[in-house]
Amino acid sequence: MPYPDELVLPLSQHLGAPSVPIVKVGDRVVRGQRIADANGFVSVPLHASATGTVAAIEKRPHPSGTPGEAIVIRVDHTSPQTLYNEKPIDWDHLPVDQLLTAVQQGGFVGLGGAAFPTHVKFVVPEGKRVEWFLVNGAECEPYLTSDHRIMVQYAGEIFLGIRLAMRILGAKKCFIGVERNKWDAIVGLRESIPADLPCEVVPLQVKYPQGAEKMLISAILHRDVPSGRLPIDAQVVVSNVGSIAGMGEMISLGKPLIERIVTVTGPGVRNPATLMVPVGTLMSDVLDHCGGITDDTRQVLNGGPMMGKAQYDLDVPVLKGTSGIVCLTDADVLSRREYPCIRCSSCLDACPVFLNPSELGFLARTGQYDDMLRLHIMDCMECGSCSYVCPSNIPLVQRFRVAKALLREEQAREKEKEKEKAKAV
Amino acid sequence: MSDQRQQFILSTSPFLKRPVDTPSIMRHVIYSLVPALAGGVYFFGLSALLVVLSCIVACCLTEWIVTGRGSLRQSPVADGSAVVTGLLLGMTLPPGLPLWMAFFGGVVAMLLGKVIFGGLGQNVFNPSLVGRAFLQACFPVALTTWVFNSNISGFFQLRGDTFALPFLSPVVDAVSAATPLAKMKFEATPTDIRALLMGTTSGSIGETSTVLLLLGGAYLAYRRFLNWRIPVGIFVTAFVLAQALRFFGGDTYAGGTFHLLSGGLALGALFMATDPVTSPVTPRGCWIFAAGVGALVVVIRQFSGLPEGVMYAILIMNGATPLIDRWTQPRIYGAKQPKEAAS
Repeated sequence: MPYPDELVLPLSQHLGAPSVPIVKVGDRVVRGQRIADANGFVSVPLHASATGTVAAIEKRPHPSGTPGEAIVIRVDHTSPQTLYNEKPIDWDHLPVDQLLTAVQQGGFVGLGGAAFPTHVKFVVPEGKRVEWFLVNGAECEPYLTSDHRIMVQYAGEIFLGIRLAMRILGAKKCFIGVERNKWDAIVGLRESIPADLPCEVVPLQVKYPQGAEKMLISAILHRDVPSGRLPIDAQVVVSNVGSIAGMGEMISLGKPLIERIVTVTGPGVRNPATLMVPVGTLMSDVLDHCGGITDDTRQVLNGGPMMGKAQYDLDVPVLKGTSGIVCLTDADVLSRREYPCIRCSSCLDACPVFLNPSELGFLARTGQYDDMLRLHIMDCMECGSCSYVCPSNIPLVQRFRVAKALLREEQAREKEKEKEKAKAV
Repeated sequence: MSDQRQQFILSTSPFLKRPVDTPSIMRHVIYSLVPALAGGVYFFGLSALLVVLSCIVACCLTEWIVTGRGSLRQSPVADGSAVVTGLLLGMTLPPGLPLWMAFFGGVVAMLLGKVIFGGLGQNVFNPSLVGRAFLQACFPVALTTWVFNSNISGFFQLRGDTFALPFLSPVVDAVSAATPLAKMKFEATPTDIRALLMGTTSGSIGETSTVLLLLGGAYLAYRRFLNWRIPVGIFVTAFVLAQALRFFGGDTYAGGTFHLLSGGLALGALFMATDPVTSPVTPRGCWIFAAGVGALVVVIRQFSGLPEGVMYAILIMNGATPLIDRWTQPRIYGAKQPKEAAS
């Protein structure tokens, strides 16, 4: 899509510490130029996604619901928008730690939605090793098609990114998981696998949540990630196909993460589309570009319909982690009467990690959070499948989120107490 | 910037919902029982229909009254579960039962079977069967007085004591006919398989035609509103156990086919044991539950003084359900350390 007049780049676009601005109001910035630095290890820098001048550094609405500091850039429409730093990266010869720094400096985060800094995931801790590298091309939610587009259009970049990732991780084999209903992507990728790359494309069952990290690992490798641990404990690292393609572009063009593919869809969008959008473009601008929204649109989501977030203001920016903008109309917006649980076990059949949402739902309603802990509530990945299938319209996952947040708080408090005790002794 | 200033609704994900809710499930259960009910009315005449209606009215009325007599749309009666309870209770009763007894059974089913535990989803035992067990204890003679199964010509002729007055009229004028199970147990006479399949035998209103019941069950299983593990488990266990008894114990034991097709086994296995509220939620639990019901049915039928045992078998296993659920909690993803890959 064309560049909008104004870009809003929140300093907090990823999990971890917000970035620290290194430009002042009035500064001229070039597309791809670093405008904020990483604040510590679990943090990434931020880059200007278009050439222009810094108009403000102020609090702006944020898709999370809480306004946050953002760098506002007034786009210079006369600029040719050439990249600030067109220096390819020598992925084959640089030492691994410099490659990791390059990934961090490129501002890369998981593009599937969680926006976890990629370089943190790529650090193999002492005593652990990585056997397999999985590329996640299973669309993370219904309605979204961004992964599909990337796989069809950016196969070359994907394989370049895979080389970089495998070199950093020391992985021996790579699998790209793609859902079976995307044969053009499967065939296209298979045809362009470089002969010297130990890589395989695996067609996957079409289902939700196939794109969840743990589901992907069991589907491709038939291995479980131990409860409460990370994929690396099962010798696997998973990356979204978009992040990988982005890193491929960084290698070949020196381009940091400044734009991403966004699916704009739902019954409320006049002309649904899957677009390459500069990070920081306001949702209202994206929607206007897609013909605007219908009058009966009642909900606009940042992300997909299963795990996305409803927005109250359309003047929020597209973030690095925005995989889609979904607009729902009157007919889709739900307010249904809640019935008592009839123990039909639909939720047990639906739960991808085999929890007992029925029992957990009862415990959540009555506030018995400690018992929920015993029933492994912390393993819940909040995919929303239980709420989707429940015939009694019980807001299961919604209650689980509250319970998990409270339990986490309590755990943090207890740790704090123990620390104080240790100090006192 | 967008010139549209619309009010957006804020809520948390997921924003999609399967278009199925409790009332719609209840509706489908009712649809699936229609063939067997129609069969019963065809075989036993108008009295059968009146007995069933009396149970349904009793269940709905009782629930409506005890839940505060509010507007019908707001009342729990609207979810349709009371209709299902009444319908199922009626189908387990003899066609010639006095209507006041059927009504009484419906009231007890609701009060002692459901409301006392806190309503829908909270009850331990299947409410219809609680009602039936109560009637069986109170009125053993009326509950085992079976009218002849006749053809359509006598449709409007009322059987038995349909309009007997409460506690006043003695139950005498019914012409009793033994059920296939009673014939087998007390006279060692088997019944023709075809009659058992089609339902032209004597018995409770909705239990005689195995074919029509299977039709309804298949519909529910197809719509995924019925946990297929339970009926399959019950049928297999009952069949295997009955065949084993016949093999080792000789011809005094009825074979597996007879057990499957006679009495209330099909009705119970397909529509009562599968009541989600009173059966286990875990897949493994369902198998254990089903095996228990199947085995108990055969044991009660063969070794107790009663010809039929489906009702008690299901009620006993209902009681065991919480324990079964506790034993069979599914292993969650990643609970055990995965095997180290050989490399």
